Amino acid sequence: MSDVYEALQKIVGKDYVSNQTEERYFYGRDPGLMPPHEPDYVVMPKTTEEVQDIVKLANRERVPITPKGAGMSLTGLVIPQKGGILLDMKKMDKILEVNEKARYVIVEGGTTHAALKSYLTKRYPHLRHSLPDSPPIATVVANAVIHGQGRLSQQRGFNSDLVSGLEVVLPTGEICRIGSCALSQYWFSKGPPMPDLSGLFLGWFGSTGIITKLGMKLYPGKKIRDVMLFLTEKAELVPEIIRKLTHTEMFEDIVVSGQPIPLRFKGNFHILVYMTADSDEELEFKKKMAWDALWVYFESRDGGFVSVTPDMKPVLLAMPSKDTTRFADVSKGGGFEYSGPITPIDNFPIFIKKLEEKAEEYKLSYGYAARVIDAGHSMMFPFSYTFNRANPDEMKRVKKAMDEAIEFALQKGSVIWKPNIDEQQMMMERIDPNTLKLMTSIKQLLDPNGIMNPGNWEAK
Amino acid sequence: MPLLQLKFDKTKCADCKAVSCLVKCQYMDFKDKDKAKKEWQKVINGEDSSVLEACTTCYACEEYCPFGNHPFYLIVERQEEKGILPAPRPIVTMWINQCAPVGRFMVGKIEEQALSYCFLPQLNALVAGRLFENIAHSSFFGQEFFCNVVYLHYAKMSIIKDRLPKIIENIAKLGMKEVICLHDECYGAFTSLAPAYGIEVQFKPIHYYEFLYNRLKELKDEIKPLNVKAAYQRNCSARLCPEIDHYVDDIFGLIGVKRVQREYDHENGLCCAEIIRMSKGPAMADDLQKKNIADMVKFGAKYCVFNCPACYDSLAEKVVKAEMDPIHMIDLCRLALGEERGQKLRLEGMPALQVAMEGK
Repeated sequence: MSDVYEALQKIVGKDYVSNQTEERYFYGRDPGLMPPHEPDYVVMPKTTEEVQDIVKLANRERVPITPKGAGMSLTGLVIPQKGGILLDMKKMDKILEVNEKARYVIVEGGTTHAALKSYLTKRYPHLRHSLPDSPPIATVVANAVIHGQGRLSQQRGFNSDLVSGLEVVLPTGEICRIGSCALSQYWFSKGPPMPDLSGLFLGWFGSTGIITKLGMKLYPGKKIRDVMLFLTEKAELVPEIIRKLTHTEMFEDIVVSGQPIPLRFKGNFHILVYMTADSDEELEFKKKMAWDALWVYFESRDGGFVSVTPDMKPVLLAMPSKDTTRFADVSKGGGFEYSGPITPIDNFPIFIKKLEEKAEEYKLSYGYAARVIDAGHSMMFPFSYTFNRANPDEMKRVKKAMDEAIEFALQKGSVIWKPNIDEQQMMMERIDPNTLKLMTSIKQLLDPNGIMNPGNWEAK
Repeated sequence: MPLLQLKFDKTKCADCKAVSCLVKCQYMDFKDKDKAKKEWQKVINGEDSSVLEACTTCYACEEYCPFGNHPFYLIVERQEEKGILPAPRPIVTMWINQCAPVGRFMVGKIEEQALSYCFLPQLNALVAGRLFENIAHSSFFGQEFFCNVVYLHYAKMSIIKDRLPKIIENIAKLGMKEVICLHDECYGAFTSLAPAYGIEVQFKPIHYYEFLYNRLKELKDEIKPLNVKAAYQRNCSARLCPEIDHYVDDIFGLIGVKRVQREYDHENGLCCAEIIRMSKGPAMADDLQKKNIADMVKFGAKYCVFNCPACYDSLAEKVVKAEMDPIHMIDLCRLALGEERGQKLRLEGMPALQVAMEGK
């Protein structure tokens, strides 16, 4: 194996490869609940060609290889289950091109959402991307690969839906372009009107290739952004409230949140309705549309818009939201994990009930911020619990609560978002056998030596 | 503890010819005194009345009643008895929860006089400088000391009756003799609500306007008159203590500010309308705010002076758009002393305004 280490040094330089205890420890875990497993090597490539050489080496030596963005999925997707090479993409952080008129950006595989947001704010304030509420260090590529959601998901769909092209190093070492960029200098489409091959890589968690460049669609960045807050005590009303709001086609983001602590949040479902405008008139019109859509609940006194004060607004408008970080420390000790089924919105009331039931059963703190996706076709409902990292018993209880909640969500027809390897197995046990066979065939075809992020999407 | 009963004397209403409580109401149409009298009698009798549904909870009838007979408190009692919700249920729930005493509060080094921040964190930005140099340390804040008057807006007199005696007890236990109330909801709780329900107050409440006036007199050599015209935004709870209103003119007189004699001031003051937005919807609220601000502009006010932080939050953005300067009374006094204002315009909380300002 020392040959591998030396070979890696030759590819990326000795400063960017390590087999030392400290790096192996750090890269063997993520902030979530999945058990750690250390890599044998950590390497930081700078170019697509270096990635290619590393992949060829891994193939030759039959060494597993796990590509990693910021490791913020919390579900252990970049914990190298079988050791080998951990490929940290951080150095590939360039923003390569913004096509202002066709509204897309091309970034390298390790570019963070923070860098992209900052870049667009400074140079292209009239353009924006769908920023997720993950920590700012989350990478654009990894977020797309896990089908992340962002601030434009209500209008535009999953962030993976917004991909407009890929450059991928295949598990066998070839560099491959996906989408319009395969035959054109423009990165405006990830597939149409050709066969859409992006599905061979998006959602596979790096088990079918390493994305070294990604095109992402951008959308108008309007001058004004504002938020309204609608409250209701009745979970059963939430799906219809969302349907009425999405029917207006006025709002870029709709999030339903709640938590029992602090007390002011207890007992209510908080529906945050985000909108943008280029003028006061446009903003007022959109606000009126929101009022009109939900007037029936206002009249029945089952719901109402609460005034959002100038103190509250910066908190609610912050992108990304800092509430997740605050929530993560409710139990002290900074532990937080959630499993987010993607589910029809009609499931909201029974999911809330289950979330609360499990919190009570296992004596846990909980909270949630469920994001509406793509005009209400679905929502991401997070079963979220906090825990103290210094309290193994509490961590066990969280794991049990989440496993049981996820089992419930699957029974109710949901699909698990960014599932950990146990949840992947739960899904593959239920999946249509022919679909699973197709997935297995694709994986085998692309990764004949089984070196790419092993453990993920592997049928037992 | 016996149930607290409102000291309401129906014979005073029987003898009343003016029916000012309804006739003067700016939000209900009761120009016909006979009609007003009949409708008010229904309220007294506990019958269904349009008043209970139409009330915007502006508190003004407390001021209009020449007998101090507490018509507004009676309306709130009747609304609650009949299960009428002036605001949507979840908003009421939120308010009840967020102000419930939970054992978290802040108490400074209490002396004979102490400042009550009630449960208004916005006041923290205001209490500073020469005006408060001898007293800022003697203060208290938190739900444990929250006056609960806000529940008048939500037909929850029961909450007030349940919590207010304990709140007064909590404050009294701190050991001061005089409490300077930094908001007139607190002052009104101790000088109007508590007496109306026979709740004993074991300390002397002082309105902060009186405190400001006296401090400015002490600091009169340092005052640089502002020589400006200002519109005054009267808030709902000012209706619980109309006897304090003269201090606005007294303070303005000391610092060289002319209170514009506009239509919507004094008895005709208009609500900031944010409560009305939550209870009656945006159309009425927007209309009131437009009328109110246009009235300020019409009389050439440079400043719009606020007593209540919630009114400030509600109107500041619109006031700036009308090219006036929104300012709290304390900050106005500080400007006259050559100090900087404490409450900065929070542009990040006013996105539309942020864009407008950047464009200038």
